[in-house]
Amino acid sequence: MTLLELNEVGKAYGAVRALEGVSLTVEQGRISCVLGDNGAGKSTLIKIIAGLHQHDEGSYAIAGEQVRLSSPRQALDRGIATVYQDLAVVPLMPVWRNFFLGAELGRFRLDVPRMRRITQEALEKMGIDLHDVDQPIGTLSGGQRQCVAIARAVHFGAKALILDEPTAALGVKQSGVVLKYVAAARDAGLGVVLITHNPHHAYLVGDHFTLLKRGRMAGSHPRSEINLERLTTEMAGGSDLAELSHELGRTDPKEHPPT
Amino acid sequence: MSGTDLLAQERPLRRRHHHSRPELGALLAAVAVFVFFSLAAESFLRPSSIGTVLYTASTIGIMAVPVALLMIGGEFDLSAGVAVTTAALTSSMISYQFTAITWVGALVSLAVALGIGALNGWLLARTGLPSFIVTLGTFLMLTGANLGVTKVISGTVSTKSIADMQGFASCHWLFASEVTIGGLTLKATVWWWLGLMLLGSWILLRTRFGNWIFAVGGDAAAARAVGVPVARTKTFLYLGVGFCAWVLGQHLLFSFDTVQSGEGVGNELIYIVAAVIGGCLITGGYGSVVGSALGALIFGMTSKGIVYAEWNPDWFKFFLGAMLLLAALLNHWVKRRAERGPGK
Repeated sequence: MTLLELNEVGKAYGAVRALEGVSLTVEQGRISCVLGDNGAGKSTLIKIIAGLHQHDEGSYAIAGEQVRLSSPRQALDRGIATVYQDLAVVPLMPVWRNFFLGAELGRFRLDVPRMRRITQEALEKMGIDLHDVDQPIGTLSGGQRQCVAIARAVHFGAKALILDEPTAALGVKQSGVVLKYVAAARDAGLGVVLITHNPHHAYLVGDHFTLLKRGRMAGSHPRSEINLERLTTEMAGGSDLAELSHELGRTDPKEHPPT
Repeated sequence: MSGTDLLAQERPLRRRHHHSRPELGALLAAVAVFVFFSLAAESFLRPSSIGTVLYTASTIGIMAVPVALLMIGGEFDLSAGVAVTTAALTSSMISYQFTAITWVGALVSLAVALGIGALNGWLLARTGLPSFIVTLGTFLMLTGANLGVTKVISGTVSTKSIADMQGFASCHWLFASEVTIGGLTLKATVWWWLGLMLLGSWILLRTRFGNWIFAVGGDAAAARAVGVPVARTKTFLYLGVGFCAWVLGQHLLFSFDTVQSGEGVGNELIYIVAAVIGGCLITGGYGSVVGSALGALIFGMTSKGIVYAEWNPDWFKFFLGAMLLLAALLNHWVKRRAERGPGK
């Protein structure tokens, strides 16, 4: 089932065209990867999907309905949860307060014991074992924090999960842990958009790969049509890289002695 | 079971204890200050002295509650001190000029005080400027307006007495009465302080809005991303400051009958000091309402204790400054501990 469908979407900030003609489809139980270098338009794309910015061109449909989101709340209400690389959580707040932030149980009388218990259970269900949900979430490692944010999205019934560079600041082992939870979210039936600049991480879990370059689509391939080597080459810039390699090519110092 | 297993099991319990009490430092300091002046000044423990200390603490504490909440929400209000005077002046002058019952003046004053809070919140949200600058602006404007308007209307720098006006008795009862229990005289502000502290603490720790206060102060962008209305939350916090400024302003008016229009300048910093001594982080996201009350109590005990000990009161500010620095360092250390990942 198609959850999200973006068609030829574009966005300009003043005179700067940040995004142009980008299409993306997110299916239930599938992981759709968006790859691109810094400044390729990945974060603009996320912000449009998550309701932080509105698109200027093209169309954006959620579950078949055309939308133009004006706040993150509208996206959340439609089942789209976004986990940002560096603003996933509030570091000084306890894990359980972070888990329920924006979806607290009780308005004037928080059901604190229940919130603590549900947090613990939801994390265990995703395979995250925390001794103490009262500790500030800032004391967790970067990978653990991403996992809590993913578990939160799954628990609150998100249909689509947008992950912004979840492995960017992490080591090899922690990246592996996060990718495991990304797969767990997929198995729970969510449609996942995984934004990354790492083709290796993308290829480990992705079902579809969209490449962005300078705000435009540079490729869109289902997993069956591309292998890791080609993905890496395209991602690294293909012909651009060959040219760069030529420019940087070492010359023999004996032939051209320094003057 | 080996020793390391035992340690591993102990740790979460110890941690939980540690992180859930931002006011712990203030509690220890309050006990220390209390013991110190009990020994240093004979008259410190007399009921009349305790009544005076509690009164002084309450006039700071009533404002320290909303200022602490605002600070946890990541913002300052430098206009909080003069807003108290504005609330008192408005109430007095409306009642006097329109020869209305004093409740009319009090209600108009409430609207004005909430209006100042709303203006601060609105300016902050619309301009995106730091609250330090926005409220420094409103602070200066109110300071000038308090003096200017009072001089235009009453010809002097203070308001006329409204003690003989209709409604004064009931307003006096609500805002400025006192009860004596076994030699200990408690002013109405002490009850207001206690009530506001309990209410503020409940809001912070046990309501959805309280969770939002922590979030907008800790990381506004993260809060917004999960659907927390950041600007609205902060505006409500400024309205809280406005409400409490109204309460304290009415107390000043109905206990002294007249208001000096130049008062209140500098008090905004004392409220902030009380909040910081109480464990509030200057950068927001962490703190306690009960802590702000302890901060106010430390302020009251020290300012009066120095008098009872018959020392030169000039040293009070020195002591307060040292206390502030210590508290700020402690809070900063707690924050670094809280944000540090495991093994770093």
